[in-house]
Amino acid sequence: MATLSALATAPPAIRPAARNRFLAHRAARFGILLGPGLLLLYWSVLSFNGWLDPRVLPAPWTAVEAAIELIRDGRLQSNLAVSAGRALAGLALGSSVALALALLSGLTVLGGYVIDGLVQMKRGIPILALIPFMVLWLGIGEGLKISVIAIAVFFPMYIQVHTALRAIDLRFVELAETLRLSRWKFLVRIVLPGTLPGVLTGLRFGTTAAWLALVVVEQLNATSGIGYMVTLARDYAQTDVMLVGLVVYAILGFGSDLIVRALERHVLRWRRSFGR
Amino acid sequence: MTAYDGQAFAAATIEPAVRIRDLRRTFTLKGVLNGIDLDIAPGEFVALLGPSGSGKSTLLRALAGLDYEAFGSGEYQVPDRTSVIFQDARLLPWLNILDNVTLGLGRQVREQGRETLAEVGLAGREGAWPHELSGGEQQRVALARALVRQPELLLADEPFGALDALTRTRMHDLLRRLSEVHDPAVLLVTHDIDEAIVLADRIVMLEGGKLAVDIQVDLPPDPDARAHRSIDLRAELLARLGPSQAA
Ligand SMILES: Nc1ncnc2c1ncn2[C@@H]1O[C@H](COP(=O)(O)OP(=O)(O)OP(=O)(O)O)[C@@H](O)[C@H]1O
Ligand SMILES: [Mg+2]
Repeated sequence: MATLSALATAPPAIRPAARNRFLAHRAARFGILLGPGLLLLYWSVLSFNGWLDPRVLPAPWTAVEAAIELIRDGRLQSNLAVSAGRALAGLALGSSVALALALLSGLTVLGGYVIDGLVQMKRGIPILALIPFMVLWLGIGEGLKISVIAIAVFFPMYIQVHTALRAIDLRFVELAETLRLSRWKFLVRIVLPGTLPGVLTGLRFGTTAAWLALVVVEQLNATSGIGYMVTLARDYAQTDVMLVGLVVYAILGFGSDLIVRALERHVLRWRRSFGR
Repeated sequence: MTAYDGQAFAAATIEPAVRIRDLRRTFTLKGVLNGIDLDIAPGEFVALLGPSGSGKSTLLRALAGLDYEAFGSGEYQVPDRTSVIFQDARLLPWLNILDNVTLGLGRQVREQGRETLAEVGLAGREGAWPHELSGGEQQRVALARALVRQPELLLADEPFGALDALTRTRMHDLLRRLSEVHDPAVLLVTHDIDEAIVLADRIVMLEGGKLAVDIQVDLPPDPDARAHRSIDLRAELLARLGPSQAA
């Protein structure tokens, strides 16, 4: 039938939909910028036509001008450095404590009871509700800010790592036994790589949580940082500076997600990936 | 009975690799292994046959030290250097082929790892990820991982069960060749009678929780006589396994 005529006409007819229906299409290089780009276009059109009151939301170019101004007098860089430093410190602290506790609770019986119980209990308390107590204990300096960020990072990280740890294939544990791996080798060669996907997912959620917590603590009480810059601008009704702050947050969040994803692609390159 | 005792005695004089007496295993009231007696001489290749659910895997896991609830009122002697090949290749997806082979052995055996990979026909693939290999290739890596440890005993649970017929035959040749070179005692679980006849020196069969059949294969070198002996053996084993296994 059809196959015969296809054979007669020389070029081998590969099905047009030879691609696997369930796999995402190959990623275009900068495809991820499409969404933000469209948003920017929409916003520009609205501002350009005067449909957007600049007191409500200034035009993109006003924000760019304000940003250039802020960069010229050095305020943006110095505040950005302070904010990024806080976020990174909180991220590092929160995620390393989370990793250590998740391993302890996943690999030891006692740790499992003690740590996991506590964590599950604490999970019910919103971080914002904790802040007044933390002010009481830690004062209102850098220690408080970094601690709040670290706590915000801790939970997604702990839960992801803990879940990944439980999902480690028992067949690999059996393999480790027949190969007589030492406890150390078992940890390094099987447990840690097996939980790595969870660590990276935790890191992605964790960075988002870190920026979120950063905004909160910097508006609470600060004399430096992007949050401080925005609060100050609000007091003087400088919407353009506020907008710059907002855009900086967006870029930070977006950029850090890109970095974590690149890290993920590199570290998990042994995986046959599904999508993206 | 006397013949079996005589054999055990003969094996005892050269210190058997495996010596098991009265091994038992029960799963919630159901006795799966009801007193297994098994000797395997060093370098001897034993195939373990038996209907599905007869306890072949259970026996193998007990010998591999993976079963903490198997007990025997008798002797239990299994070499320290025991390697296991599972039905799935069980390679760690995050380690490349060479690291999988030398897992847990330290840096100084990497050269041996390379050589063993070459022996199973995978020279030059050391850096590949497991998912980049075919099923047969992965199982060859598992074989290399078992052999690089220079085992005195090699336990294999239907290692070729998931492979196609042609790849299977190739793996048979490979396993026979390598088990002659490395000379471990082998216990191969299989449900394939022909596989057992081609590979093994001796065939044992599980029935009712005991080793009911124990046959030396002894294929003669002459091709005609060899074919005859194979056919006879096959018929004998088939009769014991029952019609349900004939396919
Ligand atoms: N963990 C377990 N819990 C309960 N019963 C089990 C367990 N493992 C095995 N059994 C039972 O023990 C019996 C023997 O199982 P085993 O896996 O050893 O059979 P097998 O001979 O390897 O079969 P097959 O050829 O299908 O692999 C089966 O009836 C099985 O239901
Ligand atoms: Mg089995």
